Formats: sequence, C-alpha cells, structure tokens
Amino acid sequence: MDKEGLNSYQGEMPLKDKIVRSIYSQAEETVGFAVRFEEGGSDWDRKLDDILTSPVWGFPIMLLLLGIILWITISGANVPSDILADFFFELEGKLTGYVMLLGLPAWFNGLFVVGAYRTLAWVVSVMLPPMAIFFPLFTLLEDLGYLPRVAFNLDRVFKACGSHGKQALTMCMGFGCNAAGVISCRIIDSPRERLIAILTNNFTFCNGRFPTLIALSLIFMGGLSKTGGEVRATFVVVGMVLTGIIVTLLVSYVLSKTLLKGTPSSFILELPPYRLPRVGSVLVRSILDRTIFVLTRAVLIALPAGAVIWLMVNINVGDKTLLSQGAEFLQPFAALIGLDGYILMAFILGFPANEIVLPILIMAYMSWGEMSDLGSMQAMGELFIEHGWTWTTALCTMLFSMLHFPCGTTLYTIAKETKSVKWTVLAFALPTFVAIVVCFIVNQSIGLFWR
Amino acid sequence: MGREAGDYHVIALAGNPNTGKSTVFNALTGLKQHTGNWPGKTVLLAEGSFIHHGARYKLVDLPGTYSLIANSGEEEVARDFIYFGNPDATVVVTDATCLERNLNLVYQIMEITPRVVMCVNLMDEARRKRIKVNKKVLAKRLGIPVVTTIAKSGEGLYELKEIISRMATGRMKTQPCLVKYEPEVEAMIECVTDDLRKVIGKDYCLRWLALRVLDGDSELIKRVEERVSGRNCKHGQGRLKQLSRRDAT
Repeated sequence: MDKEGLNSYQGEMPLKDKIVRSIYSQAEETVGFAVRFEEGGSDWDRKLDDILTSPVWGFPIMLLLLGIILWITISGANVPSDILADFFFELEGKLTGYVMLLGLPAWFNGLFVVGAYRTLAWVVSVMLPPMAIFFPLFTLLEDLGYLPRVAFNLDRVFKACGSHGKQALTMCMGFGCNAAGVISCRIIDSPRERLIAILTNNFTFCNGRFPTLIALSLIFMGGLSKTGGEVRATFVVVGMVLTGIIVTLLVSYVLSKTLLKGTPSSFILELPPYRLPRVGSVLVRSILDRTIFVLTRAVLIALPAGAVIWLMVNINVGDKTLLSQGAEFLQPFAALIGLDGYILMAFILGFPANEIVLPILIMAYMSWGEMSDLGSMQAMGELFIEHGWTWTTALCTMLFSMLHFPCGTTLYTIAKETKSVKWTVLAFALPTFVAIVVCFIVNQSIGLFWR
Repeated sequence: MGREAGDYHVIALAGNPNTGKSTVFNALTGLKQHTGNWPGKTVLLAEGSFIHHGARYKLVDLPGTYSLIANSGEEEVARDFIYFGNPDATVVVTDATCLERNLNLVYQIMEITPRVVMCVNLMDEARRKRIKVNKKVLAKRLGIPVVTTIAKSGEGLYELKEIISRMATGRMKTQPCLVKYEPEVEAMIECVTDDLRKVIGKDYCLRWLALRVLDGDSELIKRVEERVSGRNCKHGQGRLKQLSRRDAT
C-alpha cells in the first residue's frame, strides 16, 4: 500500500466513513434475516413523544409537571415537619433536664444541647419531609424516562446559548446535589462545554437549599395557613427554578462568548422507551441512596457547626458577641442587596453546607430575641418578622440562596474535576457576583417602585 | 488488573445506553446500584460478582456506548477494557426493539474479541411492539451465542450465566462472522496487518488494530505502542507511529 493510493481513496470518501458504512449495512442485513416486524404493534410511545417534546406543548407540560411535584412536596411536607419538630423539641427539654440532673455546667447544655442538638433537630425536621417526598417523585419521573425528553426540549435553548444540550441533564442532577451534578458533567465530552456546565450547575438549587426556599416561600408568600397559600408558595418556588434556569442560560451564553469561546458540538440524544417504574425500588432507592445520604451529610456538618455557632453567639468581644460583630460589619453592604448582616453572615458560615444556613440564622436571631419554641414554621416566621423581615427580605434571601457561591463540598468537587485553581476560583466568584447583582437590582427596584 | 489465574473469570458487560444493561448487571450480581434512565450515566466502572456452578465470575459494567470508534471518553473506556483488559467473555446487552442500531456495537466488539455473547434484552417490549426476534438465525449469522432475556423479571438470565460460564472456561468456542469491508478496504487491512505483525507480533487482534490505524485513531496507536515498548520489541517503537501518521494524512 502506498501513500498515493490511500489518499486517492480518501478523496472520494473518508476511510472511516467507509468502515462505518460497511458495519451499518452488515447490521441491516442481519436484522433483515433475523427480525420480523409484524403489524399491529402499539406505538403509543411515539405519539406521547410527539406531545411531550412538541415545540408548543413541551415547555408548558414541563413546567406543569415541575409545579405538580413541588406542590405535592410543599403541601405534604408541612405537617410531618411540625410533628418531627414537636418531637425533637420535647426531647430537647428532656435532654436539658438530664444535663441539669447530672449537675453539668450551663455552658455544656448550651454547647451541646442548644448548639449542636438544636441545629441537628432543625435540619432533620425541616429537611427530611420535603426530601422524602421530592426525591421519590423525581426518581419516578427519571424512571419513566421523562428526563431525556426534558433534555430534548431544552437542547435547542442550550445550543442557542453556545453550550451542550446534555447540560439539561447535569442540571437535573444538580437538583439532588450540586456536587453530584458537577460529577455528572463528565457526560459532556467537549472540555469547553463541560466547564460551562460545571460553572453553572450551582444555579439549580440542591436539596440543601430546597427546604430553605420552601420554608421561606410558605411563610412569606404563602401566608402560611391561609387558603391557597401552598399554591402561591408553589408558584414562587417554580419561579425560583425558572430564574435559576434563565440565569444558567444567560451565564452560559456570556461564558461561551467570552472566556470559553466556541461553537456547540452536536450529539445524539436517544429518547429511551418509557418504562413502567417499579414503585418499590424507586422508593427504596430514592430514600436510601439520596435522602439518607444527604441527610447524613447534613447531620455530620450540622452537629459541629451548631456547636461553633453557639460559641459565636455566646462569646463576647467587647460588648457584643462575635456573631453580632460580624453581622454589624456586614450590615451596610447586606442592606444594599436586601438582606441584613445576620443573613449574610449565615450564608458565609453556611459555606460547609447550605443546609445549615437557616439554623444559623435562627440561632443568631434568638441570641438577642425571645427564646421560643421554634418547632413550627409559624414560630420561625414570627421570629423573622420580629427581626424586620418583609417579603422583600424573603425574596432576596431566596434569590441569594439560589444564586450564591457553591457549598464547600461542591467547590471541592469542582477543584477535583477541573484540576485547576483558576476555574475553582471562578466557580466561587461568578455565582457570588451574579447573586449580589441580582439581589441588588431586585431590592433597589422594589424600593423604588413599591415603597 | 491484578487477578490471579484460576481465581475468578472476568466478564465485561457492554451495550448501548438504555438497553437495560444496568438491570442485567444488578440481576446477575445482586448488587444494587442506581440505574437512572438516561444515556451516559455510568461514568465509573461498577463491579460485581456472581457464582455459577461453584466458579466465581467478576462482572464489570462498562459505560453504555453506541460504538467503539472512540469519539468520547466513555467509548474509549469501554474499548480499552475489552481490548487491553482482555476479559474472559464480553456480554453485549442489546435492545430487542432496535437491534439494527445495537448490532453495530456487537460487530465492532466481535472484531476485538471472539469471546462475545449477545444478550437480546427487553424482549417484553419487543413482544408488545410485535417484533419477532429469531435468535437461532441471529446466532448463526453472527457466529456467536445469542440469549434472549427480560432482565427485570429475570427471564433468560440462567441461560445467560450458563453460556457465560461455558465461554469463560473455554468450553464454548465461537467463530464470529466479521464484517466484510469493501475490497479496497480489505486490501488495505491486509497490508497494514502484515506491517503490524512484524512490529508487534501475533497477539493483540491485528485486524481490528489495522482498522484503527486506517481510521487514524492516533490515541489508541500511542497506547498500543506503550504496551509494546513495555515488552521486548524496542525496534517496534516509532514504526507504529510512522504507520499511523502515514495513514492518517
């Protein structure tokens, strides 16, 4: 074989294509012999696909399904949350009783019971019910085969923003946990598009932030016990998801035009057949693999964090506690973006895990407020309002929670996946910048037009 | 892979995405791992084992791929495992409702190793869609054993294990009917195969390697070269590179 000969072949058709073509025709021939397609087979799945991925109905159905899942979660989570909280706080009283009985010092009770235990109790009672409802429902959709249809619908939009259609899938993974979402970005082959997907994964709320959104939307937008409150809260949370998606797209677009220039690569997305999910295994899997896993992580971080925060609200520097010092320092800046110093402080201290942002905040407020039982959302709402919250504060807190820097675990995962300090720093700075800008704009325009 | 001879047999599990490959894996090994319903979720290789007639088989779940002409990291992982890992048998899980697309992968794997079992899964869906698969004809045309299964209910899995064990222990020999390329391509394959034989010796499935040289897979050539230089074929180094450079241009 000489070089000339080969080149002349490639002139007609690349050799690789010739090879592939032969394999295809061989496969076709074999199927022709061994497989028979008979009349009368049902093709309902093709019809269903036409509707679910249609340019007209695709998006409304997607939003509707998301809305339904969130609504079930929101309206179903409240009652078990309260029951769990009642149980845990009754136990707290008993624990304090034992501590007293043993004659242990007051700081012991403070550090371990009020600090560590209470944070833990809050994390479990507020996080467990929504997760135990949301994850099985989400896994059910996944099992049915709906998620690839979502990716199909979103593919056009992502492509228009210069990124990869599979980013829709990595985004969906982010709903569970952003660290998992970042790892799932491996399914995107082009390094450029993978980086975009990694950098924007944080804009889908993970389950650590999910309960925060649900609680705040229920208290401030839903008006708690008022009728229809759950529906209103659902709309707010759906709005938050949409905001996250829009920000994801915008940031992807900007990245693909600046730091990560390039054209989107094409890929084949197979729409897998719809399968009847096996409810039992869905339940077991979503509860064991996801709920318990996430909860364990939260508990492991909440326990020491609770103790540290108790120390921060009880150690005085000058005439104020450590936490107050920090909060006062942050106050002027926080006020600009619709938060207060304590909220910003809570986000900063909540860096190890988003789950503990609200518990930190509650403990910080309680350090100079009336100590009440904080089992119910009602009590939490009252505490927040007492500290000057309005629905603007709630909205800005939710937006900040949606958009701010990723948690420690996620950032660590990003560092491992990108193997680059530069991208890790950007993964921290970019969302933080976006969160500040969005909160600033929202807060200032509400201030201008409504107040 | 640090395995001791006779300890256990290594079985690779390949297949297109969404063929129920993970379900087959779980059903065979009893190992519960999450199976999300979308392409490309298996990024790390999951492993499990099962015992059949007293012998142990280690099953390695390869990433789901449509082909092995590596365009993606997953394809590369799957291909490298089958080629360099040299498993005792490779099971290709296929979707009975779209065998044509799935057969591409079967044919490509057959080019790397003769020890292939085709597992036609999702037979229940094929039945629903009134697709009749004649596994005898299929096996005869391919030259490898074909098993039909419904992994989620366990149908056909005993037969699959039986065939795996017979193949892995060498009690079953196959004669795969490989893809015939156009005469000009075949001529080229022959040329390159001759060259390769001189450079790297007899093993390493030369026909397949020749094809990769022809379609200009320089990454793979580099890998093979590393392997070769690890053995006593110093003079072979660089020649492969020459080959691939000449053919890729």
